[in-house]
Amino acid sequence: MTIPRFRVPATAKRGDIIPIKTLIQHPMDSGFLKDKSGKIIPRMIINDFECKYLGKVIFTAKLEPSISANPFIEFFARAESDGDFEFTWIDDKGTVTKAKAPIKVTA
Amino acid sequence: MKRGIAAVGAGMSLASVVLLAGLKIFGVAWAATALQAATPETVKLQKSASQSITPKVFVPHHGIPAPPGSTLKILYSGYQFRSAATKAMQDDDFSNPGMLALDPASAEWSHVEGTAGKSCASCHQDASKTMHGVGATYPKWNARLKRPVSLEQQINLCRTGRMGAKPWAFKSENLTNMTTYIRYQSRGLPVKVQTNGPMTPWYDKGKKLYNTRIGQLDMSCANCHDTYFGHHIRADMLSQGQINDFPTYREKAQHLVPVEQRFIGCMKNVRAKPYKPFSDEFLALELYVASRGNGLKIETPGVRN
Repeated sequence: MTIPRFRVPATAKRGDIIPIKTLIQHPMDSGFLKDKSGKIIPRMIINDFECKYLGKVIFTAKLEPSISANPFIEFFARAESDGDFEFTWIDDKGTVTKAKAPIKVTA
Repeated sequence: MKRGIAAVGAGMSLASVVLLAGLKIFGVAWAATALQAATPETVKLQKSASQSITPKVFVPHHGIPAPPGSTLKILYSGYQFRSAATKAMQDDDFSNPGMLALDPASAEWSHVEGTAGKSCASCHQDASKTMHGVGATYPKWNARLKRPVSLEQQINLCRTGRMGAKPWAFKSENLTNMTTYIRYQSRGLPVKVQTNGPMTPWYDKGKKLYNTRIGQLDMSCANCHDTYFGHHIRADMLSQGQINDFPTYREKAQHLVPVEQRFIGCMKNVRAKPYKPFSDEFLALELYVASRGNGLKIETPGVRN
């Protein structure tokens, strides 16, 4: 089960640089570890992250093995107008987790 | 056959004696030339180098005076011994991965389960009110069982006794999440564990276990956490072994770690055979270790290496 968390300021002034934080619960099994019986735990990581703002892709990240469990991604964006930040995480199984955060932009 | 082996043995020992003698002569000759080559200056340098290898002790800034009868003078939370990055991770509730436990646990709090058709909320209502300050007092005396119980044991007692549900397993996600959720309601409150009255024999037992050397390395908890906190143990910094932050998110394990799992980890490090989970030994130890930090603020969920 993956639970995404995100933090986007509720309001911002136009032109402001705003910090965006995201965190998702995920085991991020690297594919190099073995379990107690000696079997390799298959690779199972979030491999792709994307953020859209006003329908445009503003940030992408390609994640690799050896990134810790529960990946935390922080980045910055410029507030332009009212709209949604749409986050998408995709893992090795093809599970797509989506989340949305609205923002109000004042002049 | 026997004679053959003996002969080989004798031959080998003779050869090694000759070899050793050769080495010895060589060694003496080498030492003599080295002495001649060494000037008084180099000897001085070597001396000062050996003197400078004194262990550096880290003393945190923020501590509280220890309660009377403690072996420690000042209490420091394990937080004080960690790097700025780890501290920042714990300070920000968003970046603290231990916080991920709270959502599923609060859902579990009102999840009806078992033959009695009850959930935690059926008896305890709103956890943020009813559980405020509760986590700070565990392990706590249970008058009905006439023994102390840890928070994990109490959760399972509620599940089996009141709800008619199956107990959660040690280290299971559900149990650790729920323990974190309940302890989190007391965050910022001082640890307040009872050690007198009926608890005395358990406290004494815990204290004895804490100070008893165990394992192949023949070490007790006190050897590291009473005597050498603030010193490095390999690349890591020893803390006082306080448990005011448990269950804590360990970056090494990448999940929340209950206190008994940490004890097991330490016992394995000194190559001792760990006690069984939820055993009387661990309970007594948890009681003593928790009471050692009486007065420290609860930080659950903490973030540690």
